[in-house]
Amino acid sequence: MTKAQSLWNQGVKIGAIGGVSVLIISLVGMVESFGKRDIIAGVLPMGVAIALIISILAAYMAAKKTPISEKSIQFANAVVSGLVISGFLAVFVMIGRSFNIREMFVGASPVLYNILTGGVAGAGGIFLLLLTGVLCGAFAGILYMLRDLPRKLTVNALLTIFILGLLQELILPILKAWDIGMINYLAGLFYTLNGLTPVGAILSVVIFCVLYLLWNANQGAVKSKYAALPKEARKKSQIAALIVLAVILIVLPQFLGLFLSEVITIVGLYVLLGLGLNIVVGYAGLLDLGYVAFFAIGSYVVALLTSPQIFAFGLNFWQALPIAVICGILAGVMLGIPVLKMRGDYLAIATLGFGEIIRILVLSDFLRPWLGGAQGIGSIPNPNLFGFQMVKPQHIYYLLLAGIILVIFISLRLKKSKIGRAWMAMREDEDVAQAMGINLVATKLLAFATGAGFSALSGAIFASKIGSVYPHSFNVFISINVVCIVIIGGIGSLPGIVVGAAVLMGLPELLREFAEYRMFVYGVALVIVMLLRPEGLLPEARHKMEFHDETEAGAKTVA
Amino acid sequence: MFQKWKDRVTITDIVMWMIGGTLLLLCLWGSVSTIRAGLYTKSHWIDFLIFGLAQGSIYALIATGYTMVYGVLKMINFAHGEVFMSGPFTGYFVATAMWRSDFLDNHPITAIVAIFAVAMFVSTMVAFLVEKIAYRPLRGAPRLIPLITAIGASFFLQYLFKGLYGSGINAYPDIEILNGFWMIFGIRVLKIQVIVIIAAIVLMLVLYNFIMMTRVGKAIRAVSEDKEAAALMGINVDAMISTTFIIGGMAAGAAGVLYALMFKQVHFFMGFLPGLKAFTAAVLGGIGNIPGAMLGGIFLGLIESVAPALFLDGLGIIAPYQLKDAIAFTMLVMVLIFRPTGILGERLASKKA
Repeated sequence: MTKAQSLWNQGVKIGAIGGVSVLIISLVGMVESFGKRDIIAGVLPMGVAIALIISILAAYMAAKKTPISEKSIQFANAVVSGLVISGFLAVFVMIGRSFNIREMFVGASPVLYNILTGGVAGAGGIFLLLLTGVLCGAFAGILYMLRDLPRKLTVNALLTIFILGLLQELILPILKAWDIGMINYLAGLFYTLNGLTPVGAILSVVIFCVLYLLWNANQGAVKSKYAALPKEARKKSQIAALIVLAVILIVLPQFLGLFLSEVITIVGLYVLLGLGLNIVVGYAGLLDLGYVAFFAIGSYVVALLTSPQIFAFGLNFWQALPIAVICGILAGVMLGIPVLKMRGDYLAIATLGFGEIIRILVLSDFLRPWLGGAQGIGSIPNPNLFGFQMVKPQHIYYLLLAGIILVIFISLRLKKSKIGRAWMAMREDEDVAQAMGINLVATKLLAFATGAGFSALSGAIFASKIGSVYPHSFNVFISINVVCIVIIGGIGSLPGIVVGAAVLMGLPELLREFAEYRMFVYGVALVIVMLLRPEGLLPEARHKMEFHDETEAGAKTVA
Repeated sequence: MFQKWKDRVTITDIVMWMIGGTLLLLCLWGSVSTIRAGLYTKSHWIDFLIFGLAQGSIYALIATGYTMVYGVLKMINFAHGEVFMSGPFTGYFVATAMWRSDFLDNHPITAIVAIFAVAMFVSTMVAFLVEKIAYRPLRGAPRLIPLITAIGASFFLQYLFKGLYGSGINAYPDIEILNGFWMIFGIRVLKIQVIVIIAAIVLMLVLYNFIMMTRVGKAIRAVSEDKEAAALMGINVDAMISTTFIIGGMAAGAAGVLYALMFKQVHFFMGFLPGLKAFTAAVLGGIGNIPGAMLGGIFLGLIESVAPALFLDGLGIIAPYQLKDAIAFTMLVMVLIFRPTGILGERLASKKA
């Protein structure tokens, strides 16, 4: 290979990877269906924004991976990879326009070609596409050459626009709910009904830059001031922060509309599930893919006990709730016993099998007289608190909030207890843990039981919120969603789970178009997180150590 | 003697034996009462058996992929079910294109070969890329990590193909020569089932001989025995791992087409259940053991087709066929509890897993 060739290798290679990625998200329809939603109204549809982000990222990587640290070559490499990406798309558009590939690829529609070529027909559109690619590459190249501060500023400012545009459906209703002239005016200034206004985008960039620079200049001072505080004062400020958080959480539903409250209750249910699975996967290191079984058990117990259908026990929600949780715990122990001796992959598959067995049994005609079969069980009454009917999602929110706080409290206490340490020892190495005198049977079963109990609690609330339960609500995807929350948020980390649930479950509810690509994106996210940051996005301190000590120790021995 | 035995047995052991014993008793009772009730005639049972054999030989082909990958990497390739799906799903478009141009009816053999070629190529590519992108960078990572990556890859692939090819259930075109019956020893059997069985057995023989006879096969076996030692003997371990995925992908692609020809439909989720079943088959036969996987696949296929009628009908269970997947999973769990090494397994699964 000649030297000139090897210089462009990275640009072409990373460009090709980026090109295939953009091609894939175009072909699966993401660019098109996200094209209906704008980040900046009339200027930048979200689908295009995603394609641009991937292109810029790829070009940036190309510049970074250039073997020679000469600025002009790095810049040129970024441009080359940008060109390669757009070249892929250009070839695709030309093929798509001349042959009928829609027969096979359902996403290859004329609308997509229009989006990719900026609405310009013929050769002009192809040229525009290639030009966009080159510009992306050039932008990434310049970004790479910038110094640290301006680069961070640019990237974060652009991300701010993207996130503000993305969260429009969240922010706008909250602003509107105040219904004060001033805020209404501001909302109108920043947002249209579809994305930011151009003025809003520019304003938010300016505001963000000012804030960022201010923070950047004073960051050191604030931090050292905080560090200089005496211990009690620090504790006081933490308590104050907690109180503020609590107040926000308590008044939050008053500002959310019906739809957003609905979204937040779904997030809450998944937070509960995630906290439960966190005990099993995060603390004890047992990957359970049949976790939905306990959710289903919690739901069905509440349904059977409170619904007038089938048995008509006539209990109310509060009487059924503890029974549901106890049933969940018992089921956790019962399903835990057979898998006691299994580890890793086997455990995952066996639990996946259990989850499916439960679903198949509930769905079957055989158990229909007792469990309702495919029709499920309906008319489950809402929880009733001292004569107050909890009908609206806002009411369920408080129920969930109470549940989550309780579960977080239990999780934190358990983590620091003897059992928690036993779980973590087991997670690190079962054999060593056993040699140290830990009773593996009891420890494992406790982990399964605790996780199952939390899951059943979530299921119980779910049943009374929805008002009816069907076997189809309890498929394997629920388990996978919860696994994604726990893993991507950060194994073993409670804030990670809350944030993970909010992002992974909240976003698809807010962005309806996204819901269709949910598992697609989760799959990619799982792979990427495992490849780049196996401890998750908001890791627990101990876990972070665990994942990084090996590599660092390895690096030391090499050095 | 009794004291010694008492010390070794724990409560969980007893509970498990009770569960196993109860299930066994239920099966026996069910079989006896089914046979006494005489709901099914001899020809019914033969139909069940042949269908089970056909289905089982497909499972067996997929299971070889699981088992070989487990041999070399000591991990379960969760995405193997999607490798299985990707081939026939792509082949579907070739098949319909040929069907529309009447090529399928005029040159059916060539057409079927073409479908197989496309499907096997796509499955192979998917398997190869999954290994290269998702698994290779994680060699030596903690065990949980490649497992989670594999789950991610599995769902990514499912929804990638859903996005690319659409979410509908696509009917495979009818191939005239595969329709109808044959009379074998006076028994009427569906042509397609016989063809599936024969094709799968031929493919498995080829695969087994490839692994046992060729240099590459020998190298793969060496890698699954001991990676470091194999590397020291001058074997390119990474290349052999890739080759394993490629062979597994080819087998899965072929199995996928057989599955599609037998059940006449493809969709993006079709790999999930057969994948799980094939994994069960691989465990049943002893994971890491190729003949075991084949045997396990056929055994599982037979059980799945016979058991609902034989075991459950006699117990008075309505619509027993709804529970056939539950039977397969129960068997998986039972095997993992009582004989994790599988029927032919030498490796101690619980030790390695």
